Amino acid sequence: MKFGILVNEGPYQHQASDSAYLFAKAAIGKGHEIFRVFFYHDGVNNGTRLPVPPQDDRNITQRWSELAKAHNIDLVVCVAAALRRGLLDENEAKRHGKDANNIADGFRISGLGQLVEAGIQSDRLVVFGD
Amino acid sequence: MVLHTVNKSPFERNALESCIGHAQPGSAILLLEDGVYGAVKDSTVADKVAQAAKDCKLYVLGPDLAARGVSQDKLVANVNIVDYNGFVDLTVENDTVQAWL
Amino acid sequence: MMADEMMDDEGGKIKKFLYLNRKAPYGTIYALESLEVVLIAAAFDQDVSLAFVDDGVYQLLKGQDTGGVEMKNFSPTYNALGDYDINKLYVEKESLEERGLSVDDLMDVTYEDEDDDWAEKPSIRLVSRAEMGELMEQQDVVFSF
Repeated sequence: MKFGILVNEGPYQHQASDSAYLFAKAAIGKGHEIFRVFFYHDGVNNGTRLPVPPQDDRNITQRWSELAKAHNIDLVVCVAAALRRGLLDENEAKRHGKDANNIADGFRISGLGQLVEAGIQSDRLVVFGD
Repeated sequence: MVLHTVNKSPFERNALESCIGHAQPGSAILLLEDGVYGAVKDSTVADKVAQAAKDCKLYVLGPDLAARGVSQDKLVANVNIVDYNGFVDLTVENDTVQAWL
Repeated sequence: MMADEMMDDEGGKIKKFLYLNRKAPYGTIYALESLEVVLIAAAFDQDVSLAFVDDGVYQLLKGQDTGGVEMKNFSPTYNALGDYDINKLYVEKESLEERGLSVDDLMDVTYEDEDDDWAEKPSIRLVSRAEMGELMEQQDVVFSF
């Protein structure tokens, strides 16, 4: 089956991102495909390059990047939600005159249409939030 | 049928109550994250949950129970404990997943 | 093709999308940002319904005035949904009553029915909890926020 996953909350604050990640990993292990993971609301904060979590705890952003790389998963951060919360890639930073960008490896910024498309193209759409 | 997911404690939010109030007989309900507390017996919601376990198929995510120190013998009857693989299987066996946040 | 399956212009199956709203506006961003998804979804020609259950019914209360809290009043956006062909706003009766409200407290959200000489009709459809449960069971994709 093809799965679309929606993550509504940021890393560490809520368990949503953890649950989504472990679900995605299990799905892949069972031979399913992850069509897209879409990060919305504070979920966009899973995609920042700058976190320095404690060494003895999981690195949520990094493991999403690694999972995406290993299995060619499309990690999409909603542009409107990202701009609102200060998560930018190089293009958006330039476009809005900001002096830095902070998007993490393996994540890309795109529109809400990508979420709707995930709903249309996936066999199952699973939501993780608060 | 729909697989309903509930991830908040019934003592914090009305998500579990609302889910039970809407889930059709024969549908599936999965408690995960803080939602697993809803399956503990002898609580003020236990009767409602026990009834839901009869009308619907009630599941609890084992790793979230273990994380919270809730042992399996503390749960209401007719609850099925699944891991993340089981969670994935549930989404495949049912037609749609509906999250009660 | 089954009688209840609709196809889009390219022969792909049209899915039933439900936007499930259970949270109040302004205290959190979910109501506003979920509406932003709905507006984008309009371009995709799917079968879209919005459900207002539990505190979600508060999103449709008329007379919202956000000047004092210095936040954007986004309630007028619900009135624009009709122009985007989104006209199925299911509001749960019991959720209203539990909160001491009735449909008279809600905004007058309407659409123009192109199949009925553009007659103006209410987009808000009051349903019972039982009916809402049945509606939920029929959906292909449910977005919760």
